[in-house]
Amino acid sequence: MIRYIRRAAACCLVLLVALLINTSRVQIFQADSFNANPANRRAMIARYDQPRGDILVAGRPVTGYRETDDQLTYLRTYTQGPLYAPVTGYVSQLYGTRMLEGTEDAVLSGTDPQLASLPLWNEITRARQKGGDVHTTINPAAQEAAFTGLGDRTGAVAALDPATGRILALVSTPSYDPSGIAGTGRDVNAEWARLTSDPEQPMLDRAIRQTYPPGSTFKVVTAAAALESGKVTDPKAPTKTPEPYTLPGTTTQLENEAAGCADATLLVAFTVSCNTVFAKLGVDVGLKGMVKQAQAFGFNDHRLRIPPSVAPSNFDTRMGPDQVALSSIGQFDTTATPLQMAMVAAAVVNGGELMSPYLVDRITNSNGVTVAAAAGRLLHQAVSSGTAVRLQQMMEAVVTKGTGTNAAIPGITVGGKTGTAQHGVGNKGMPYAWFISYAKSAAGQPAVAVAVVVEDAEAVRADISGGGSAAPIARDVMRAVLG
Amino acid sequence: MSATTTDAPPPLVLLPKRRGVELSLLIGAVLISVYGYAEVGLARNGAVPPDAAGYGAGLGVLALLAHVAVRARAPYADPLLLPIAVLLNGVGLVLIYRLDLEPVLGAEGAPTQLVWSTLGIGLFIAVVLVLRDHRVLSRYAYVCCAAALFLMVVPISFPAINGAKIWIRVAGFSIQPGEFAKILLALFFAAYLATNRNALAYTGRTFWKLQLPTGRVLGPIVTIWLLSVCLLIAERDLGTSLLFFGLFVVMLYVATGRTGWIAVGLLLSALGAFAVGAVEPHVHARVEDWLHPFASIEAGDGPNQLAQSLFAFGAGGMLGTGLGQGHSYLIGFATKSDFILSTVGEELGMAGLTVLLVLYALLVARGYRAGLALRDPFGRLLAIGLASILALQVFVIAGGVMDLIPLTGMAMPFLAQGGSSVVTNWIIVALLIRLSDSARRPLPDAGAW
Repeated sequence: MIRYIRRAAACCLVLLVALLINTSRVQIFQADSFNANPANRRAMIARYDQPRGDILVAGRPVTGYRETDDQLTYLRTYTQGPLYAPVTGYVSQLYGTRMLEGTEDAVLSGTDPQLASLPLWNEITRARQKGGDVHTTINPAAQEAAFTGLGDRTGAVAALDPATGRILALVSTPSYDPSGIAGTGRDVNAEWARLTSDPEQPMLDRAIRQTYPPGSTFKVVTAAAALESGKVTDPKAPTKTPEPYTLPGTTTQLENEAAGCADATLLVAFTVSCNTVFAKLGVDVGLKGMVKQAQAFGFNDHRLRIPPSVAPSNFDTRMGPDQVALSSIGQFDTTATPLQMAMVAAAVVNGGELMSPYLVDRITNSNGVTVAAAAGRLLHQAVSSGTAVRLQQMMEAVVTKGTGTNAAIPGITVGGKTGTAQHGVGNKGMPYAWFISYAKSAAGQPAVAVAVVVEDAEAVRADISGGGSAAPIARDVMRAVLG
Repeated sequence: MSATTTDAPPPLVLLPKRRGVELSLLIGAVLISVYGYAEVGLARNGAVPPDAAGYGAGLGVLALLAHVAVRARAPYADPLLLPIAVLLNGVGLVLIYRLDLEPVLGAEGAPTQLVWSTLGIGLFIAVVLVLRDHRVLSRYAYVCCAAALFLMVVPISFPAINGAKIWIRVAGFSIQPGEFAKILLALFFAAYLATNRNALAYTGRTFWKLQLPTGRVLGPIVTIWLLSVCLLIAERDLGTSLLFFGLFVVMLYVATGRTGWIAVGLLLSALGAFAVGAVEPHVHARVEDWLHPFASIEAGDGPNQLAQSLFAFGAGGMLGTGLGQGHSYLIGFATKSDFILSTVGEELGMAGLTVLLVLYALLVARGYRAGLALRDPFGRLLAIGLASILALQVFVIAGGVMDLIPLTGMAMPFLAQGGSSVVTNWIIVALLIRLSDSARRPLPDAGAW
C-alpha cells in the first residue's frame, strides 16, 4: 500500500505544481494584458480614488472636487464652469477629457513621474502620488471682460501678452458648464446628449478650434508682405490702384465699402480698409511672398500646441492671381482662428517677434513645489522691426481716425484693425464681426494683443460693424489687462 | 522487528512529542492573523481596529484550548497540523472582515464566520478528547454511509439558493449538509475498502490487461458512488460531485494498487462529463467560460465573474496591493466564498498566494505522512482520504478561479465564508491529529503488527 500512497502523493504534487505555474501565468505573464483590458475598472477607480489636482487662474483654483459614495469616488467640479470651460475643458468619467484637463491629465491625476519627490519609493510601495496643480497664464479680469462683452452672442476672444506669448484670455460663447458632464449616470448622459446636439455648439472652443475667414483683419498680413517685399516703401505714397479693381485674368470687379480708395496710399487704404488696394498689393507681392508672410505669422501650422492643439489657420499655397487677390483681403480660402489673429497683432506690437502662445505658466506638485515652469519662446520673426513700426503706425491710425475708433482708450496707445467674416452656405449664415488690436503700457511697452470675433447681424456692413460690435469688447479686455 | 536472542525487551523507541514546536507555531499563526487584521484597519481607516487585541486574544484562547486538548489526548500528533489550520482559519477571518468593508458585497460575514470557527474548534477539541482510537470508527461504516446519503438527500426538500439545492435553513443559519457527508463518505470508503481490498485487488476476471473485480464485491461501492453523484447533479452542486469522484478513485487506487481502476474511473468520468455537459446548459456554460473567459467582454456584456477574478489576480502581480487596498469586490456575488482566493491574489500577490498554497500542500503532505506511518489499513485509507479531500478541494476551486479548469462552486478550506465548510474542515483536522498520533505513538505491545 505504501507504494500506492507515494504515487497518490506524487499526483497531489503535480496538482500543486500546476496551480503554481498557473499562478505565475495569471499574476505575472498575463497580468499586463489583464490590467490594460478596457473592461477592467481598476484603472478608472484608481484615477478617481483621490481628488484631482486643480487648475488655477491667478493663483486661485477654478476647479474643485466633490466626494461621492460611488465606485468612482471623487468628482470634478468647476467654480465658474462656463467662464473657464474654453481653458479647463472637461474631465468626464464617461466621455474622456478636453483642453487642459486632457493635455495636463498626467499631472492632474498624479501619474506624471515629475511630480514625485522620491520616484523609486512610489514604485515599491505602490502608493499613488497626489495630483499636481496646473497654473494657467489666464488673467481673470481679461477673461471676465471678454466673457461679459460677448454676452449672449456667439463669438470668441483670444488675448495674449505680446512680449512673452502668455495667453491672457480664451473665451468662447455660448459656453457650457463642464460640471454637468463630470460624473456618471442618466443626468450626465442627458446633459452630454443636449450639449453635443445643440446647434449652437456650446462645446466648440472657438478661440482655438474654430477658423473663420479673417476678412479685412488679414490686411495686416498683406500690408506686412508689401512692406517686407519692398513693393511699398513709403506708406504715404499713392499705390496706383484703380477703383473698381478688376481681378487679374477675370472680369470680376472689386469695389470698396469705403470712400476715397482710388489710388489711395497704404496708410489711408489701411485706415479706411480699402479692398481694392490690398487685393492689388497681394497680387503685386505674389503668391510666394504672401504665403511666406502668412506662415511667418503662424498660418498653415499644424503643430501649434498651447499645449491643447490649435486648429491650423489656412492660407492656400496654390492659387491663381485672382484667388491671391481675394485671399489677400481675407476671403476665398483664407481662414484663421481668433488666437491666430491675436498672434498677428501681438507680433506687430512686439517689434515683429512672434512669441509662441502658451496657456500653462507652471506646474506644482501637491506640496506646492514648482516642478515645471514655462518661459517665453520665439516662434518666428514675423517681420523686421522697421516694418513692425510702420504697421503699428497704420493700426494706431485705424483707432485714432479710422474704422476702429470704438477701441480707443484715453491716454493709451492702441492699434487695431476691423474685419468681417461671412459664413454659411452662400454666406447665408449670420456674419461675424472681427476686431484685432493691441495696447501698449504707459511706458510704451507692448502690453496686450486681442482678437475678437462676434456674431453680428449688422456685419454685412463690413468693416464699419467690426468696429461697432467687436471693438468695444477688445477695448474692455485691453483695459482689464492694463488694470 | 529485528530478531534478537537476548532476554532483554526490545529498546523502546521514543519519538519526540514536539508539543513545544506546535505551541510556538500556534503563537506565530495567531500573531500573523492579528497582524493581518490590524493591517486591514490601517489601510482602510488609518488606525488599528480597536477590537484587534480582543480578536487576537479570542483566537489565541481557542488555539490554546485546542493545543491543550492535543497535548492531553494526542501527545504524539503531528505538530504542524493544528498551527496550519489555525493560521488558515485566522487569515480567512481577516479576508472576510476585509471584504465586509465593501458595502456592495452585502451583509457582514466575519462575525458569523467567527461563531462557526469557534464551533469548529469546539468540535475539534471534542473529537480529540472523545475519539481515543480511530479504529472504533470502522465499526460504523454502514451507519456513516446511510448518514451521508441522508445528509445529501435532505436539501432537496428545501428551496434552492442561487440555483443550487445544497442548503438547509435552521434558525437563521444556512447549513450545507453535503460538507459533512464528505467525512462520512471517506469513513465509509476507508472501512469498506480496508475490509475488501484483497477481494477487489486479486479476484475477478481479467479483461485484456485489466483485472476486473467480481460484481459481488464491487456492486455496493459503485452503487453508493453512483447514487451520491446522481444526487449531487440533481442538486446542481458539481464541485462536490467532482470531489467525491476524485476521492473515490484515489482511495480505490491506494487500497488496491490497480491502475485499471484509474482507467475505469477516468472512462466513467469522461462519460459522465460528456453526458452532464450535453444535458445541463449550466455545465456547458462553465466549460465555455473556462475556454473563453473574456467572451462576455467581447460580446459587449462586460466582464463575467471569472474575468473579474482574473483581473484581480493580474492586479495583484508579484507582491499584491496590500490588504484592504484591492478591488476584488468587482467580482460581486461569492467574492467572500468561492472567489476568496482572488482577494488573496490581488492583495497579497503571487507571493502570498504561493505561501498559502504551500500551506495547504503541507497540510495534505502531513495527512499522507500519517497514512504512510500508520499500521492499520483502515487508518491509512482514512488518512489518505481525508488529506485527499483537502487536496482536491483546493485544486478544484483554486484552479477554477484562476481559469486552469472549469469553475465549479466549492469552498476553499478554512478560508472561504461558509459555516459548514469550516466545521467540516476542523473535524477533518481533528481526525488527522488522531491518526497522526496513532501513527507516531510508541506501541505498548510492539510486534503485534
